[in-house]
Amino acid sequence: MEALNSEPNLAVEIAGIKFKNPVMNASGTFGLEKEYSIFVNLSQLGGVVLKSLTLRPCPGNPPPRIFETASGLLNSIGLQNPGVENFTKFCLPGLKELSTNIIASIAGGTVEEYAAVAGKLGESEIITALELNISCPNVRHGGMQFGVSPSASAEVVKSVKAATGKPVIVKLSPNVTSIVEIAYSVADAGADALSMINTLTGVAIDIYRRRPVLGNIKGGLSGPAVKPVAVRAVWEVYREVDLPIIGMGGITCARDALEFIMAGARAVAVGTVNFINPEATIDILEGITLFLKENGVKDINDLVGVAHDTMQGF
Amino acid sequence: MIHSPKTRIVSQKMIFPGCCLLKIFSPEISRTAKPGQFIQVRILPLLDSTLRRPFSIHRVNREEGELSLLYRVVGRGTTLLSMERENDFLDVIGPLGKGFNIPEGKRKLAIAAGGIGIAPLFFLLEELARSENKDYTIYTLLGARTGEELILVKEITSLTESFPGGVEIATDDGTVGHRGPVTELLEDVLANRPVEMVYACGPHDFLRVSSAMLEKHGVAGQFSIEERMACGIGACYSCVCKTRRENGEQPVYKRVCVDGPVFDANEVVF
Repeated sequence: MEALNSEPNLAVEIAGIKFKNPVMNASGTFGLEKEYSIFVNLSQLGGVVLKSLTLRPCPGNPPPRIFETASGLLNSIGLQNPGVENFTKFCLPGLKELSTNIIASIAGGTVEEYAAVAGKLGESEIITALELNISCPNVRHGGMQFGVSPSASAEVVKSVKAATGKPVIVKLSPNVTSIVEIAYSVADAGADALSMINTLTGVAIDIYRRRPVLGNIKGGLSGPAVKPVAVRAVWEVYREVDLPIIGMGGITCARDALEFIMAGARAVAVGTVNFINPEATIDILEGITLFLKENGVKDINDLVGVAHDTMQGF
Repeated sequence: MIHSPKTRIVSQKMIFPGCCLLKIFSPEISRTAKPGQFIQVRILPLLDSTLRRPFSIHRVNREEGELSLLYRVVGRGTTLLSMERENDFLDVIGPLGKGFNIPEGKRKLAIAAGGIGIAPLFFLLEELARSENKDYTIYTLLGARTGEELILVKEITSLTESFPGGVEIATDDGTVGHRGPVTELLEDVLANRPVEMVYACGPHDFLRVSSAMLEKHGVAGQFSIEERMACGIGACYSCVCKTRRENGEQPVYKRVCVDGPVFDANEVVF
């Protein structure tokens, strides 16, 4: 009975980085500072993923920036951020006290911008890894023009890898014909890990004003509505590409997180649900731990991709 | 600021069709809340992925540990909220945001409410009535679409009766008071009274017109701004409004949840 009573192993390794557990927040939901520390002990999480940074300050899109849909959230924030230099000066020092992995997210309009931001952030010891946002649908030059093209995404990855020694995680867009093709391409270009999925592009119309609801017209859909799409993306890429995956898209509870893990994700990120339940990340971590104990699983790594095992011969 | 996942509803009643008054038991929030601040309410806890909804605090009863929300039923969230009953529970975060302030030396005040915009302004009036300074002059201007939708007139009249000023009313259909928008009353007060600060809350167009009037008369104002909101704590940058900067620099989007919801009237770009 020892196995049942002992604490299961939750630690996972991605791109040479040790994560004390597989739960982190998704980029854009926890800001650039410690906003959520009023609800959550951020150091308990496997990692904290920052809001995307651009080379220069980015004003963001005109409001309205969000619209609630059936089990989903359409947003067009537009990467509002103070730029990498202001971030480094004003926000970064405060993150030093967190004892967890800090993953900075990078967006840009040109390959050179990505490389420049990566170079600047690469100098910081506080930042553990970089996530390349080549999939933001809300800014014309927000990266999705790279994320939908296998060759352009590879180019961004190569230039960032040349600019920094930090591990590089590439966040993939679901707004493509074949996510596997993009995953192959960034893997070849030297990506250390993949995160998926970013939001799905969408439009909502205000029928009384006879115009789109969002100030930016198009937005990115997140929340429970997109979860099956995200699990499918993880499922497909896990089978084809030999890189660790951080899974995300509509996770609201431990069961959702475990779906991603069994589909092939080595870690998960929790996004939209934080706005509804600000303690969701910790609740999910506790729920995963309980599931492992109740089911006699000693190591979370034993569940990664386990749903594929039953599929042999299919 | 506290997060209280189980906040009991003390009472809920419909004031007129489509407008509800909800009272909840929350000693922590009622003790620390300031006029103009808001709370984030999760309806149907644990069952549903609907976002929280932000509501201005309408009034507090610190002795009883209660606070009230006054809201119109306009969409999915407020429809669900309106179906909650006494002894049901809500999941509440608050108090949040920057409220109204009364600058030193400003004593001649106007309160201008467009419709349900009276919700946070009533709390401000209560605090003014409770304050030790009794030398305020308060002009209270209330607007509504019809006499039926005109609310709290008796309470506001009694709250403000010890102050010089008075309560004036405008309805769109002229059933009570001045016939026309409440901004016409505001124009009259700004032109003829020595007002030093205007507190306003209401529909976007009402605030836009009021803002232009304040600029014309060179009077300061504080507006409570509404925008679709997600996190409520400044992390997600969903609920922004466009604000002016000095020196002719490009306007910036500020977060209504933490930089507001109360902004200086001359700061907001309408």
